[in-house]
Amino acid sequence: MAVISPADGGKPGHGLIPEKALIMSGYGINSEMETREALLRAGMDSDIVHINDLIAGRQRLSDYRLLVFPGGFSYGDDTGAGNAYANRVRNNLWDDLREFLDGDNLVLGICNGFQILANLGLVPAFDKKYSRDIALIPNRGGRLECRFVTIRPVAENIWTHGIAKLWCPVSHGEGNLSCSPETLQHMKKHKQIAFTYCREDLTPAGGEYPFNPNGSIEDIAGITSADGKVLGMMPHPERAIEFVNLYNWPLIKEQMRRSGEHIPEESLNMTIFRNIVEYFA
Amino acid sequence: MASFVHRIEVHYKKDPRLKIRTDRIRSLGFLIDELQLTDVYTIATGSRDFTRDELREIGARLSNPVVQEFVVDEATTAFFDYAIEVGFLPGVTDNVGTTARQTIEDYLRVKFSPGDAVYSSQLYFVRGHLPPETIRRLGDTLANPLVNRVIIKTRQEYGDRGMDRVVPRVQLHEMRNVGLVDLEIPDEDLAHLGKEGIVDPETGVRRGPLALDLAQLHAIREYFNELERWPTDVEIESLAQTWSEHCKHTIFASAMDDDVPKGLYKTFIQAATNEIRKEKGDRDICVTVFTDNSGAIVFDDEFLVTHKVETHNSPSALDPFGGALTGIVGVNRDTIGFGLGAKPCMNVYGFCVGDPAADPKLFRGKDRKNPVLSPRQILDGVVRGVGVGGNCSGIPTPQGFCYFDNRYAGKPLVFAGTIGVMPREANGVKLYEKKAEPGDLVVMVGGRVGKDGIHGATFSSEALDPASPVTAVQIGDPITQKKFSDVLVKEARDLGLYRSITDNGAGGLSCSVAEMAKESNGCRVDLDKVPLKYPGMAPWEIWISESQERMTLAVPPEKIDEFMDLMKRREVEATVIGEFTGTGRCIVECQGIVAMDIELAFLHDGLPKKVLKTIPVTVNNPEPALPCPARLDDMVPAMLGRKNICSTEFVTIQYDHTVQGGHVLGPVQGKGRVQAPATLTKVVPGSKKGVGLSQALFPSYTEIDPYGMAAACIDTAIRGLVALGISPDEIALLDNFCWCSSDEPERLWQLKEAAIGCYEYAKAFGTPFISGKDSMFNDFSGFDAENNRVKISVPPTLLISSIGVHADVLKAVSIDAKVAGDLVYVIGETAEELGGSEYFAHLGYTGNMVPKLDAAAAKARYLRLYDAISHELVASAFPVSHGGLGIALAKVAIAGRLGMDITIPSAMRPDYFLFSESLGRFVVTVAPDHKREFERIMGADALLLGKVGGNRLQITGRTLLAELEISKLEAAYKAPFGGF
Repeated sequence: MAVISPADGGKPGHGLIPEKALIMSGYGINSEMETREALLRAGMDSDIVHINDLIAGRQRLSDYRLLVFPGGFSYGDDTGAGNAYANRVRNNLWDDLREFLDGDNLVLGICNGFQILANLGLVPAFDKKYSRDIALIPNRGGRLECRFVTIRPVAENIWTHGIAKLWCPVSHGEGNLSCSPETLQHMKKHKQIAFTYCREDLTPAGGEYPFNPNGSIEDIAGITSADGKVLGMMPHPERAIEFVNLYNWPLIKEQMRRSGEHIPEESLNMTIFRNIVEYFA
Repeated sequence: MASFVHRIEVHYKKDPRLKIRTDRIRSLGFLIDELQLTDVYTIATGSRDFTRDELREIGARLSNPVVQEFVVDEATTAFFDYAIEVGFLPGVTDNVGTTARQTIEDYLRVKFSPGDAVYSSQLYFVRGHLPPETIRRLGDTLANPLVNRVIIKTRQEYGDRGMDRVVPRVQLHEMRNVGLVDLEIPDEDLAHLGKEGIVDPETGVRRGPLALDLAQLHAIREYFNELERWPTDVEIESLAQTWSEHCKHTIFASAMDDDVPKGLYKTFIQAATNEIRKEKGDRDICVTVFTDNSGAIVFDDEFLVTHKVETHNSPSALDPFGGALTGIVGVNRDTIGFGLGAKPCMNVYGFCVGDPAADPKLFRGKDRKNPVLSPRQILDGVVRGVGVGGNCSGIPTPQGFCYFDNRYAGKPLVFAGTIGVMPREANGVKLYEKKAEPGDLVVMVGGRVGKDGIHGATFSSEALDPASPVTAVQIGDPITQKKFSDVLVKEARDLGLYRSITDNGAGGLSCSVAEMAKESNGCRVDLDKVPLKYPGMAPWEIWISESQERMTLAVPPEKIDEFMDLMKRREVEATVIGEFTGTGRCIVECQGIVAMDIELAFLHDGLPKKVLKTIPVTVNNPEPALPCPARLDDMVPAMLGRKNICSTEFVTIQYDHTVQGGHVLGPVQGKGRVQAPATLTKVVPGSKKGVGLSQALFPSYTEIDPYGMAAACIDTAIRGLVALGISPDEIALLDNFCWCSSDEPERLWQLKEAAIGCYEYAKAFGTPFISGKDSMFNDFSGFDAENNRVKISVPPTLLISSIGVHADVLKAVSIDAKVAGDLVYVIGETAEELGGSEYFAHLGYTGNMVPKLDAAAAKARYLRLYDAISHELVASAFPVSHGGLGIALAKVAIAGRLGMDITIPSAMRPDYFLFSESLGRFVVTVAPDHKREFERIMGADALLLGKVGGNRLQITGRTLLAELEISKLEAAYKAPFGGF
């Protein structure tokens, strides 16, 4: 009963891979349902597990192959976005988590999840010491902003394979990636920058608002760990998995209709979830 | 008592917000050089001290070493001229402090003792040479004196030691008892008691208004005379809550004149719904109307959707941030408290405030005491409050509006609404029904009880003891609520662990428990069991406290262990405080004695009936006698820049409108990002259907014609949804009346006219009301800076909110012009109806002719347009509203970043044709290949005006009237709130 069954209409379809995902919840995490839906459509089942049930041993991390820290406002962003939830993980689940990281498993953190990963040191994780090397600090504009952004892959890896761009919402107050020049160089050298914000024509945002919505250094939107198995990103592909979720889809629909093109149901943002399934399949 | 106090100060090495923070303060007129910010945590414990090493470890956990530094028990080093520390007053919810405490407890594996706490505060370092008086004003701008304490030090005073350690702990003296109230006193004294409250036997001070009138007090006295005893203070306070305007809506319930014996609500609102439902038969879309915390309509065979809109006006006037936050998380609970608990899936907002450029300088007290916040401060605060509430709760906020009129400067209106979604059935149980049974346990879930919100309206800062808790205003705690919301609607509900649920809002436990007691026919509560924020509260205070984030549930005894275990695992506080009974009585016990024992029948229905009288008002305003300008090149951008027409996108983008993954047509649309009057969101994954929302208000029409005003609201709210492609048959409405001076017969006449308008237009459109709320006394009484008495009443305001189910969102249309060459139509007739219009207001007039509408013709038109949109013949649709056709055309063009070549008919004055606010109209663009089919469906309703194309909006009548670059129009549309 602690595991939430496919509620809200998302019914497991056929052809799911046997590997399952664990989606963390509790204390103000709020994007667990749509994250579950996106994975399900890509072909992976998941359980939404409250962090307290994991701590109490009612569920075991080792039963899963993908760990997701979804978006949300854990602890209301108090003491720094993602910080308090990261503390709770570090204080109570650290050994299990390290074991999980040593196995052939993946970890995904979106938005608040990325902030949690950064505070835990799971990205960029140059070595296995998991020190905090990057920070997601308040947006240059000083407040939360919700808008669609275009991001493009930088490094070719498990997550970015076959992606030309993603077009999805950001919605955060603290997504401005900050780190030392050495850390930045190190991430670049080891191809750990997964996604950057860009303009619609895929040219770099160059720090310019609103293309780079938060002032993030070198337009960074997402990074991986050194071994590539952990991805943290600020934008929310899981919030725009259908064509009709895209900003301005009615215009695209009209243009496609008039040129006789087929109107798709799914959006390009599903690719990243399909890549996860591809990895395990 | 706290014997050990430590202070940890955290600051950024390089603050990313420094520039924007400094700029914002400078834009308010404080010419500072720089404003640095430091986060402060004051740890106050009595039982256990922390070692130096532990404190450093705690500091490390409350900061980020990559970008921040911290100091423990020493002063932060900084360059500054003044240090301003802003913390909370005792008893104010401190969410950051709570998180910090939990972090410490979890890390050190300790539990704080009762009374131990972490208090957060913010320390600002100001650089700049400003006079001390300006610094004091800056302190008041950074803080709100009602909830915050402000300490200012100069560089010299700060020295090496820095700021002082302040522990804002609540200290109340003795546990007070149940008191008795003597009602056998002269009417004069009785009236006094009703107005100003019971005299506290210990302090001799009156406790604050009961808002009971003489007739009501007589009824109470008679009731207790028959019982042959005096009432207790708990009983009087409880009756005052239950009989309040807020709970019983006496003005809407009372007989009015000779022709409305059953009252406005039953005669016009409820009757409209009942008659519509009957006419629709099996096409009835309603599930639950008026009886529950929200109204509900059918979504599909499996799901229903709920909607409720509340106002939170008085608290938002005092503390805009806290008031609006409490408003939105409060209405979320009307969703969680619907049936057995619906999941909140969308928030909506509406702010009616004074022009932020105005600074009317009003005071609640004489001699410039108790200043009213400026419209700008109120706007900033309420915008932030609704944002934090929705964002932290993971509820998208797609729909909302801002409306400006300086008559809202004394009291703003803050509308907050929530839409919920819920399966109609689970495990064979209808989830939209609930019933507490005798024997079920009364369980309070969520936050603890403090003095919050008790007699809030009587707050006066002069009487405030420094160690007494702040009672007038409350700050919500969305995370506490999110925790119980998740466990209730995502787990406990579907496990069948409780039989009934309602929220604790106005009147607190006294209202929630007594309301649920109707289901079982009785209750018994033990106040000693209610968990408190701090000791020392009187029984009556515990019973009526409005502390936030609480639900009351009826849990069957056989489920209680499972229920409590689940709550514990989710770290949600739940306490059994009594049981539901079948005795017909509401019994409250405390300290071993009976504090209240009243029959439910008297509690709920003992309220004496009133008859209200109205007096008609006629107006005859001067009509403008200005000629039509030959060219309108300046007028169109000027109209676009009017506050009630221009973009307030700065609000929209602060509100997460994409969480839960259902975004379809959002708050801003098109390449040019124009705000849409209606939005569309998916709420059930995998379904083709979506939920459309819209809102409408025309306060500028009320004084001219309240009946026409109501018609305009209803038509416009419906039309917004039709423009998305929703069938008029799938639309339901909500009414929120925010009136003023509702004891004056003239205001009551306006109210009656508006209610009649609601009845007639809802009936004509076949759109039922499913929920509503009213707030009848939105008046400000106080003083100006010269000590003159000032009364400012809001314009009587009706907000109509609409909700409708879209059958297939892929067929929905947005507002933006799409492709060059598309045809531009206006659908519906334009008449010379400019009374109360934005155009007349721009010219400095009010006028007399508000729009009239033939609702039957309009409905037929909407069904035809719905048909055309369903057949995908329409490229864009925009409902014409404030500012008229000219503004609608400009917005469609700006949204598409495409020009238009428009020719208007020459029968009417061109400026009147373009800016008349006639109802029932749309601007629609259509691809040329759909022209014939579209015109066949729309018939005479469609008037072809021109074509989309180029980069200019060109409007021609007999001669060329305007030729305007779209980019310039966009700039004019976005300029007014550019810096917000």
